[in-house]
Amino acid sequence: MSIKQKTLDLKKRMQQVLQGGGQKAIEKQVAMGKMTARDRIISLLDPNSFHENDLFVEHAAKDFDMDKKYLPGDGVITGTGTISGFPVCIFAQDFTVAGGSLGLMHARKITKIMDMAINLKIPLIGINDSGGARIQEGVNSLAGYGEIFYRNTQASGVIPQISVILGPCAGGAVYSPALTDFVFVVDKISKMFITGPEVIKSVLGEEISMEELGGARVHSEITGNAHFFAESETECFDQIKKLMTYIPWNNSKKADPFPRKAPKTKEYKISEIIPTDPREPYDVRKVIRAISDDSDFFEIQELFAANVVIGFGRINGQTAGFVANQPMVLAGVLDVDSSDKAARFIRYCNAFNIPLVTLVDLPGYLPGVDQEHAGVIRHGAKILYSYSEATVPKVTVILRKAYGGGYIAMCSRHLGADFVFAWPTAEIAVMGPEGAANIIFRTEIMSAENPDKVRSEKVEEYKQKFANPYVAAAHGYIDAVIEPDETRKFVAHAINISSQKSEKSPERKHGIPPF
Amino acid sequence: MENKKENTGQLPLVDFKVGEDLYKTTIPRKQQNRKAYQPANPKIITSFMPGTIQEVFVAEGDKVDPTTRLCILEAMKMKNIIFSSISGVVKKVNAKQGQLVPKGFVLVELA
Repeated sequence: MSIKQKTLDLKKRMQQVLQGGGQKAIEKQVAMGKMTARDRIISLLDPNSFHENDLFVEHAAKDFDMDKKYLPGDGVITGTGTISGFPVCIFAQDFTVAGGSLGLMHARKITKIMDMAINLKIPLIGINDSGGARIQEGVNSLAGYGEIFYRNTQASGVIPQISVILGPCAGGAVYSPALTDFVFVVDKISKMFITGPEVIKSVLGEEISMEELGGARVHSEITGNAHFFAESETECFDQIKKLMTYIPWNNSKKADPFPRKAPKTKEYKISEIIPTDPREPYDVRKVIRAISDDSDFFEIQELFAANVVIGFGRINGQTAGFVANQPMVLAGVLDVDSSDKAARFIRYCNAFNIPLVTLVDLPGYLPGVDQEHAGVIRHGAKILYSYSEATVPKVTVILRKAYGGGYIAMCSRHLGADFVFAWPTAEIAVMGPEGAANIIFRTEIMSAENPDKVRSEKVEEYKQKFANPYVAAAHGYIDAVIEPDETRKFVAHAINISSQKSEKSPERKHGIPPF
Repeated sequence: MENKKENTGQLPLVDFKVGEDLYKTTIPRKQQNRKAYQPANPKIITSFMPGTIQEVFVAEGDKVDPTTRLCILEAMKMKNIIFSSISGVVKKVNAKQGQLVPKGFVLVELA
């Protein structure tokens, strides 16, 4: 055969594989409201940037008539490309081929691209859309999953790993996204669970639909397994493209700088956001936008544990991770879920050289038997651990209340914050005025003729003496008390001069955080 | 991304007590739906999972202690033996052999 003929033969072979599961299967996929794996890659990656690997890989299974079955690409598409110019390794499971089920060669294609991402030190993106393990391949499917999980762990904190759930992701398969940094879900399309509705029905007799058990909303609002919620696949891809602009390629780099922009001070003026009455709430995200470049804030896990707010913004062109108590929800208390949410994000920023900006306004931890029995002790300790462990620049601004354990936990000087600023409205005290007065002046109040009058006097006295930043400032625990409208100036200066910060962690394999 | 899901304004502002102090804030559904704490009653022995009663060993009037086998609940492919945590006298036995029970079904009541 001449070169021309051989080239035509190649194109013919490629065409056969590019069909995926065939026209009928593709139509079924589209009817379910889902894009095909190939279309997803084209939609997400920069135009014409995708280079496919392992197009001609075939399975080698023989049991259960598998040797008679030909599965194009063995049900997964892997390769490299760019997103907004950033290089990435990507894999997308093809639901049209044997339900996207994972066999040994399917898994090997994935682990090969994972190894490539680890060696090339570039982000890894995985689009999950699979019925699960290929039962016909038995233990080989389990081996495949195991090899993937191992690499997820080896890559964790080295390269960014992103999982996109665009179909079922059930049983063992769902552990891979759980091991990655960010999980993207789409309403009505993503389904994640360990045991599905059929198994639950037969073992426990409980009836529940797939959507109610492990749909996108469940994981965005209740379980906290998902980090970003979208209403369509295209919206999801836009979110991924945006996220990529904030994070570095790998853990030895910093995120690419953006052009410096000032916050939109006309729209977001701090002195107009904060109410005069300290008991009245406000949306802390507005304060973040009053500080960040171009008032841009990319929130993470928006629908989960809303009493703490986490996300990325920029300060003078550099990515910063924001952690803030949200007075609008549960008065901004810390509890089991919010501690988990904040602690993991702090560790992510620490792993990828992203400085942390913490905004503090909380009355303490959420009281309650269910919180105590759910282990708020060990979950709350996660925040203390993560902040203390972090060696990235840490800038804290105490906005209003910072009582007791909450004051310590939200990146206080004592946990290694590099800069601690406080507003004049800050109240840094061991507890709120009402509670404190009741304890400290108990005998006076009890023995008084008019206890209520004495109590209100004592509360006022406590407020005057301790509900302010000056006592903490007198001890040197605060660097400066600043005017709220100047916060951007101080935070930007802090971030600018700490770009070369280098702190040594103790010599150890790793610590024992309260998992 | 700014407008669509910033929905903390949809829940009403209520007074919320933290410690002794009162704050105006919103309470998310998860917190609103939480069940108030009820201490467990050791005299009521319930099924910890849905399953089938394989065999019942006690009857009304029997004296039992923490080592007495009350019944066998077949669940998750295991024959689970149900015990009481305290000693007492059986007041009522609701479990019947072959019966399919849901989670939290009262199997045995002590006096």
